[in-house]
Amino acid sequence: MSFDVAAVRRQFPILSEIIDGRPVHYLDNGASAQAPLAVLDAVRTYETTSRANVLRGVHRLAERATEAYENARIEVARFLGVQPLEIVFTGGCTAAINLVAYSYGQLLQRGDRILLSELEHHSNIVPWQLLRQRSGIELDMLPVTIDGRIDLEALPRMLSDQTRLVSLAHVSNVTGALVDVRAVVEAAKTVGARVMLDGAQRAPHGPLDLPALGVDFYAFAGHKAYGPNGVGVLWARPEVLEAMPPFHGGGSMIDRVTLAETTWAPPPRRFEAGTPPIGPAIGLGAACKWMAALDWSAAHEHEMALVQRLMDGLQGIDGTRILGPGSLQNRYPVVSFMLDGVHPHDVAQTVDAFGVAVRAGHHCAQPLMDRFDLDGTTRASMAPYNDNDDIDALLAGVKHAAKTLR
Amino acid sequence: MNDRLYQERIVALAKAKKGAGRLASPTRSARRDNPLCGDRVTIDIALDGHGKIAEIAHQVRGCLLCQASASALASVAVGRDAAGIADLRHDAERAIGREAGEAREPFSAFAPVREHKSRQECVLLPFEALEDALS
Repeated sequence: MSFDVAAVRRQFPILSEIIDGRPVHYLDNGASAQAPLAVLDAVRTYETTSRANVLRGVHRLAERATEAYENARIEVARFLGVQPLEIVFTGGCTAAINLVAYSYGQLLQRGDRILLSELEHHSNIVPWQLLRQRSGIELDMLPVTIDGRIDLEALPRMLSDQTRLVSLAHVSNVTGALVDVRAVVEAAKTVGARVMLDGAQRAPHGPLDLPALGVDFYAFAGHKAYGPNGVGVLWARPEVLEAMPPFHGGGSMIDRVTLAETTWAPPPRRFEAGTPPIGPAIGLGAACKWMAALDWSAAHEHEMALVQRLMDGLQGIDGTRILGPGSLQNRYPVVSFMLDGVHPHDVAQTVDAFGVAVRAGHHCAQPLMDRFDLDGTTRASMAPYNDNDDIDALLAGVKHAAKTLR
Repeated sequence: MNDRLYQERIVALAKAKKGAGRLASPTRSARRDNPLCGDRVTIDIALDGHGKIAEIAHQVRGCLLCQASASALASVAVGRDAAGIADLRHDAERAIGREAGEAREPFSAFAPVREHKSRQECVLLPFEALEDALS
């Protein structure tokens, strides 16, 4: 069955935008994806018919807001194949990982080890470095193969009886490589370590079955998954959430407060101190519902055809190199490349004049750049609404940069 | 729009690579990174007995604007002390629209960067590295 990209595009008003006489070719989805009408409408409906604080209000607007907020939790849970009360709304994916590093981190002791990889986003490195400073845990780093995958052959020697957690990108935000979760979980279990996935780049490409994956924590960002800014999700196994102390203190996360001491609410409220991002969470619920309704088998095939078109086109431009897997197997639609003699920022600036939005630089993955001795890459990241015109405009821009800037 | 940014003069300054490389025996060196984009500039200088730059070299791992700025700076830095370099920086700031007034050569070439706020730090990074080396 062919994928009707035009029908998908019609749901995204911003794709009709014209800037300096050119249509928008938005290939920066890995940074922030665009929002469909379903999401924009859900947020607008909340803001115009139900805007109020959640949980404690007895008036009807508060009841509407609370119902919409909790329905969003149900939609997110359905998208991940888990139970609603296992879903914690956070400020973003970074906030979710920091929550785990702080809160789960309090259950760790000096000498415990956490295993990461060289290709992690800074948000899956720095929170653990901060934990190391606070509590004396140790960090280990899985190496990366020449084609930009986490080298899982190193897993047995990198795991030890002290390893408590393995935290990896489900999909690399630079190379697009999908990690073999089954292999990671299997190996981690042999030493009793838990597994966390940074799903920021995977969640925007279709529903998940977290129980089947066998992981213990999963985090993703709303704005990369067609939802609003300012909201993210942490999922963790219920017994893990139950064991974790709070991260932030404040309203909503308590059971009982006296001047002498406070007891905590059960999860997920224990981890949602203060007024949560209500509108953004409702928008994210709508985004998960929108994603769940898409035919992802066809959408993924469409996205990977765009990857192939881009890789073929880049190969036709003298001096381009791709950082990442050369094949379409076990990868998602993120393509990083270098153009010899032209800095990635100059490539990105040049293609912008062709109406193309891409990302350039280190992509918050400086250790990966160090691994390959790169200043940075130019990165195109696709979504189901991208089409061949987007790829062709990017290729025309890269050709122009090759011709004029070196 | 983009071709207006990458005007011939900026591209020519970058390609000239004036002062590109390292000094064998620098009096002082400094490195500056732009944490937002990852650009990195390393500056070596040799000073005469009066605190003036006798030799300068730079290594840029950065974009064309950063390379062009380092090249322009190296072309006019010799014979200047810290105050003289601060004077040049005013020229660069004027060129990119952060200060009022006309920019002199060679920094007037950077006038197209006025319209691209996200790229202005690229032009200033070599100055910051040189100021560190002189401080």
